[in-house]
Amino acid sequence: MFKRMQRTNEDIAFDILFNVLGFIALFITFYPMYFVVVASFSDPRLVLAGKTFILPRGITLEGYRLVFDDPRVWTGLRNTLGYTLGGTAFSLLATMLAAYALSRRELPFRGIVMLFFTVTMFFSGGLIPTYLVISGLGMLNTYWVMVLPGAVSVYNMIIMRTFFTTNIPEELFESARLDGCSYTTFFFRIGLPLCKAIIAVISLYYAVGYWNEYYKALIYISDAEKTTLQMVLRNILLSTQESADQSGMDYSSRLMTAEQIKYALIVASTLPIMLVYPFLQKFFAKGVMLGSIKG
Amino acid sequence: MTGSKQPPVFRHKKKTWLRVRQCWELYLFLLPAVALVFIFSYIPMYGISIAFKNYKPSTGYAGSEWVGLMHFIRLFTLPKFKVIVSNTFIISFMSIVLGFPFPVMLSLILNQLRSERYKRIIQTVTYMPHFISTVVIVSMLTVFLSTKYGIYRYFCDLMGAQPVNLMGSTTLFRWLYVFSGIWQHTGWNTIIYLAALSSIDVGLYEAATIDGANRWQRMVHIDIPSIVPTMIILIILDSGSVLSVGFEKIFLMQKPSNEAVSEVISTYTYKMGLQSMQYSFSTAVNLMNTLVNFVMLFLVNYIARKTSEYSLW
Repeated sequence: MFKRMQRTNEDIAFDILFNVLGFIALFITFYPMYFVVVASFSDPRLVLAGKTFILPRGITLEGYRLVFDDPRVWTGLRNTLGYTLGGTAFSLLATMLAAYALSRRELPFRGIVMLFFTVTMFFSGGLIPTYLVISGLGMLNTYWVMVLPGAVSVYNMIIMRTFFTTNIPEELFESARLDGCSYTTFFFRIGLPLCKAIIAVISLYYAVGYWNEYYKALIYISDAEKTTLQMVLRNILLSTQESADQSGMDYSSRLMTAEQIKYALIVASTLPIMLVYPFLQKFFAKGVMLGSIKG
Repeated sequence: MTGSKQPPVFRHKKKTWLRVRQCWELYLFLLPAVALVFIFSYIPMYGISIAFKNYKPSTGYAGSEWVGLMHFIRLFTLPKFKVIVSNTFIISFMSIVLGFPFPVMLSLILNQLRSERYKRIIQTVTYMPHFISTVVIVSMLTVFLSTKYGIYRYFCDLMGAQPVNLMGSTTLFRWLYVFSGIWQHTGWNTIIYLAALSSIDVGLYEAATIDGANRWQRMVHIDIPSIVPTMIILIILDSGSVLSVGFEKIFLMQKPSNEAVSEVISTYTYKMGLQSMQYSFSTAVNLMNTLVNFVMLFLVNYIARKTSEYSLW
């Protein structure tokens, strides 16, 4: 207790220094995001004039109105929402079950199965062989291709396995086993409730992955009806300039609006994750950290 | 437990079979993941054989003729080959070397903050960019640096300078790529270090304080050594992907004007494979890439094992 009283000048200087350094990191990370949000609400002319560095000026929702007037955005949003919900549920279930099985020490051939999975972390067929398999299965341009390949991330599975090994007490399992509890019952009734933290974290990882997916859409999907939000973003953000260039009328104001659409689109597409993530953040400490410390 | 007194040699086979039967549910649990990985990772590995063939979609895997190392020889004699490999290597090396110190520093800073609340705010905010998609990150760069309407234009006008197309420039491409990556991932990458830091025995600090160490000395002599193993493991893992510069971001940032520095192996594989339909050649490029990664991983792991006590295996 008495130590707290003995804060020397040196200690205080140290505290100030680290608080300032922390603030610098905070500011550098926060400001670009903040600026985009402010710009998305402001009159594009004022943004260009450098008048919106601190607060939005000439508040307008024109950018958002134009974004949500675009049918492509709605198609992308609908598809991405579907891929994210369906894909996350499926990935989570497959990963969780496999991770649990691999966390059981008595499982014969556990090492071989583990090797089977880890090899794929370092070695893969690569773009073309994978493409050929997927096209061979007739999965090009289907909803399936966005979910099934890569549904199980070996990395996430290993994190989960470590967490299960360290957080489901062996005694609990043995006593349940003596009472005639099957693996399935044990896992769903007793194991899972102990592992909410890691489930939350891994769901978030998967959900973010699906939400931000553009690579698979680029390679396997050419049908605009099945593409993802990120692909739509890419197309719009790269093409607004050109389409605006072609229309002669009201040239400069159209270009200005095109800029505002970009800001609005960035915000609108990122907001859903940013809203969900802070609620799950408390689990990062519990889930990821506990998992990696003990593991 | 009951069988522990039995001679293991006689019972072994039967015991394994019995254990397999007892664990049938667990095998069922493994089935979906194993099936998916088999179909989408292992079957494509077999497909790598087309790197040594002249694959045509009409004739299939079996019907295509073997051509030996033809595609590799073509690759190595390609004038572009050197450029692509060195571009890949430079970008990757810069990302590892420049990106590495930031999470270490930030986690040391966070670990020193007395206010839990302040610490949590910094964490929440610095983790955020990690969840932003690559498309959005590149869009942000493009919008900020636009020579017509970007904030960059504003500063140029302010200082009376002529705005240059930064996104298309060859000199700045790598820096933009690397530093936008650092901005995006520094916060997130502190997680693993913070975990290591929070597992330090409090007794160490107490002992150091009694011995008269100030906070700076405690940080240098306790905090830093305790995260060194984590640092080494991460460096080994990073070096295993030294030639795998992520396709997504580079591809989005690539413009004809910056291709001299932005063409990397993964984008080249994509262009050769899916745009020019040279399936076999593209696969050969990719295989070469994978092999180099393997060699690097083993090499760095070997060095780490010889020079320190930490390594992957």
